[in-house]
Amino acid sequence: MAAILEVEKLSAYYGHIRALYEVDFSIEEGGVTALLGANGAGKTTTLRAICNMVRRTGTTRLAGQDITRRSTEDIVRMRVAHVPEGRGTFTGLTVEENLKLAFHTRRDRAAANRDLDLVFDLFPRLAERLRQQAGTLSGGEQQMLAIGRALMLGPRLMLLDEPSFGLAPLVVQEIFSILRRINEREKVSMLIVEQNAAMALDLADHVYLLETGRVVTSGPSSLVQNDAALRRAYLGY
Amino acid sequence: MEFFIQQIAAGLTSGAIYACVALGLVMIFVSTDHINFAQGEMAMFSTYLAWALIQAGIPYWVAFGLTIVFSFFGGLLIQRVILKPLETAPVLSLVVCFIALLSIFNAIAGMVWSYTVKQFPSPFPAGSMIAGGLVSQHQIGVVAVTMIMLGILTVFFRYTTLGLAMRAAAQNPASARLMGVRVSWMLALGWGLAASIGAVAGMLVAPIVFLDPGMMAGILIYGFAAALVGGIGNPGGAVAGGFIVGVLENLVGTYLIGNELKLTLALILVVCVLTLKPAGLFGRVTVKRV
Amino acid sequence: MAAQPHSWATKAGIGWGALVFWLFMATLPLIGFVWDDPSFDYWMFMGQSMLIYAIAVLGLNLLTGFNGQISLGHGAFFALGAYIAAILMNDAGWPYWATLPAAAVVCFGAGFLFGFPALKLEGHYLALATFSLAIAVPQLLKHKAITHWTGGVSGLVLEKPDPPFGVPLSPDQFLYYFCLGVAALLFWAAFNLLRGRTGLGLMAIRDHAMAAATMGIDTALYKTIAFGISALFTGVAGALSAITVAYVAPDSFTLQLSVYFLVGLVVGGLSSLPGCIIGGVFLVLVQNTAQSISNWAKGTFALAYDVPPWAIYGVVLLLLMYLLPTGVAGGITRLRVWVARRLAPPVPRASEPAVIQRQTTEAD
Repeated sequence: MAAILEVEKLSAYYGHIRALYEVDFSIEEGGVTALLGANGAGKTTTLRAICNMVRRTGTTRLAGQDITRRSTEDIVRMRVAHVPEGRGTFTGLTVEENLKLAFHTRRDRAAANRDLDLVFDLFPRLAERLRQQAGTLSGGEQQMLAIGRALMLGPRLMLLDEPSFGLAPLVVQEIFSILRRINEREKVSMLIVEQNAAMALDLADHVYLLETGRVVTSGPSSLVQNDAALRRAYLGY
Repeated sequence: MEFFIQQIAAGLTSGAIYACVALGLVMIFVSTDHINFAQGEMAMFSTYLAWALIQAGIPYWVAFGLTIVFSFFGGLLIQRVILKPLETAPVLSLVVCFIALLSIFNAIAGMVWSYTVKQFPSPFPAGSMIAGGLVSQHQIGVVAVTMIMLGILTVFFRYTTLGLAMRAAAQNPASARLMGVRVSWMLALGWGLAASIGAVAGMLVAPIVFLDPGMMAGILIYGFAAALVGGIGNPGGAVAGGFIVGVLENLVGTYLIGNELKLTLALILVVCVLTLKPAGLFGRVTVKRV
Repeated sequence: MAAQPHSWATKAGIGWGALVFWLFMATLPLIGFVWDDPSFDYWMFMGQSMLIYAIAVLGLNLLTGFNGQISLGHGAFFALGAYIAAILMNDAGWPYWATLPAAAVVCFGAGFLFGFPALKLEGHYLALATFSLAIAVPQLLKHKAITHWTGGVSGLVLEKPDPPFGVPLSPDQFLYYFCLGVAALLFWAAFNLLRGRTGLGLMAIRDHAMAAATMGIDTALYKTIAFGISALFTGVAGALSAITVAYVAPDSFTLQLSVYFLVGLVVGGLSSLPGCIIGGVFLVLVQNTAQSISNWAKGTFALAYDVPPWAIYGVVLLLLMYLLPTGVAGGITRLRVWVARRLAPPVPRASEPAVIQRQTTEAD
């Protein structure tokens, strides 16, 4: 059970303000890990720090390789896909262009085309809207597009930042079941940041709880799901 | 009636120049989301470089090619060295930067080559082809070159992955990085290409208006007007805009207000298009969520 | 750029620094009574130019620094003010001081009108529109239809006003006081404007227009008025310049002039009133030392040519954008903050939040 991602003593800063305090965690290969916590706990910051999008100290290792000093683009090219907060849609491009952008970094065209077919298989709605300007898609569709874009990178690790944000419950369910499919069939490891703890706990094997920039507890998701006191204290239900 | 047709033809030929300049502006806009105020002066500077090469005895087309290459790397360097550190700066800082570049290029050109007007050779044979002497060979050459450049750019942006990567990098640099696009290099590439296009525009314009440091200032405004009329994100639109603006300028100048107010006309065009139809005639309006 | 709460906005008055400054400026001409040198008049002229540029930059600052609307075309309003003053004095025989209110009103109107299309433009696009304005102006001024008034390419030569009867000052000393008076009045007006609700509204729009609108601020009205007021200030500076230089011609009002104002604004510091003064000083300094700077540059970098002033401005602009984007005034503020932080007592550490440490080992 090798670790696909190892994070040691990760601290992150926005200017002078410190957002993470020496966070440690790791993600198993093939597993799904959830990062939970209230607003402002530092969950999004953690994902950004892993991709070196903010100023950070500490060490990050991807499958044993040190990626601490790499640029965001390089980390992505090492097959880490980050689905950002707010979806990050290229509103001025069409759905097709959003997806095919990945061809720029994929050397193996055949594999990329297979992944494109996979995306259409998972998200038939995207196939219907290929020529549509991406900015006109609904929130749920844009989330699907964002996940689709991530899949097009052929990732071994996916980082998802609040995939349920602003979406109707039915849509959230649909997306999470697709995420499960991706994890199980395509063997993509995942790190999911969520405020919707219930859905995340359902999907994840392992959980880390963040509060004001620190890991306060961690364990298998079943343990956290069954600990009422913990849930009430940190997750609000 | 014949006079009217003459005016249209004259408009189309000056329009080709505007189209050429507009292409360079669109290039920068599409690849960096910025409006390059220094585009005219960079083009002028490149043209002086070409002139210097030709004066040194280098044959025209070799000088032409060399200038395009120099300009490409010059543009690339400008983006990497001068603009990159300001990537996250507010719009005003960038605008100030462009104005600074404008000033520096203009001043250096005047400094090195003085303000006396110079002649610049045309690669096309002298004389006219169309009956009645309406249009010179050079002007036809300008139209041809512009259309060729347009073709290349359109294909590049719409059908190649690199072109797509450049557009993505300009529209949403953060998301582009998350797709593995090396955004900084895309921007630099955009600038290199725009500088080359500008050089071509300058070298095509100079035989007509003669080479001096102030050569591009007025034309630049018309280039902006053309780019806006056609839709600033749209190379095809820019070219169409150029022809439209050229014809309009000539017709209005001949029939309405006389030829001394050309720049005012350009100003009015710019303001009107920006306020009434900012996407231009052929541009796409991008929906932006709050 | 986030709005920093300005210390002067909360104080009751304008602060000692400002008072001292204006008093100092008022005493400068008196040196002429003890120093009997022919070049003194030229120093007075430089002082007038400095004040005029400061007012012009103040106008630009109100629009760009405090309201976030970029203008590359303020030379146009300066020209408008200058020509209004010149034409009124030349053709209609108005006294010089009466031309100022006239220029103010006309320029306010022009700015206000330009503000309407400007409402739809942001950032680059507004810069582009104003850039076009700056380039169009000289050609417009030379147009034959209005040559009768404007004097066409050769412009208008005016008479420099004499001090009023009985005042024991030289014409240049008097004009200096005139400029000083106008400047003090305008700066005071700007200060009050910015300190009050209008100022806060302008700055709110600059920082986040949509949020400002949801707070009930009529952004359209504020923005057009900002344009009008900004043009008014720069227009009055233009009128003053017509009076002091006693000459207007189309080629004095090219794009270069608008770039000068931009340089002054950026050097002094956006959204800083003292910055406008610094900007004015800088502009006059460079204009007068351009030759020496050029010689120095020629020597130091072993150039074969004279370095034109425009290149110097360009380089200065670039350096400022990297090193001191908030201008000299901003730099001073940052320095004060840095010193204050060093001298302030250390902030007590927040106590560690109660953390439930329950690291369980995986049993999967």
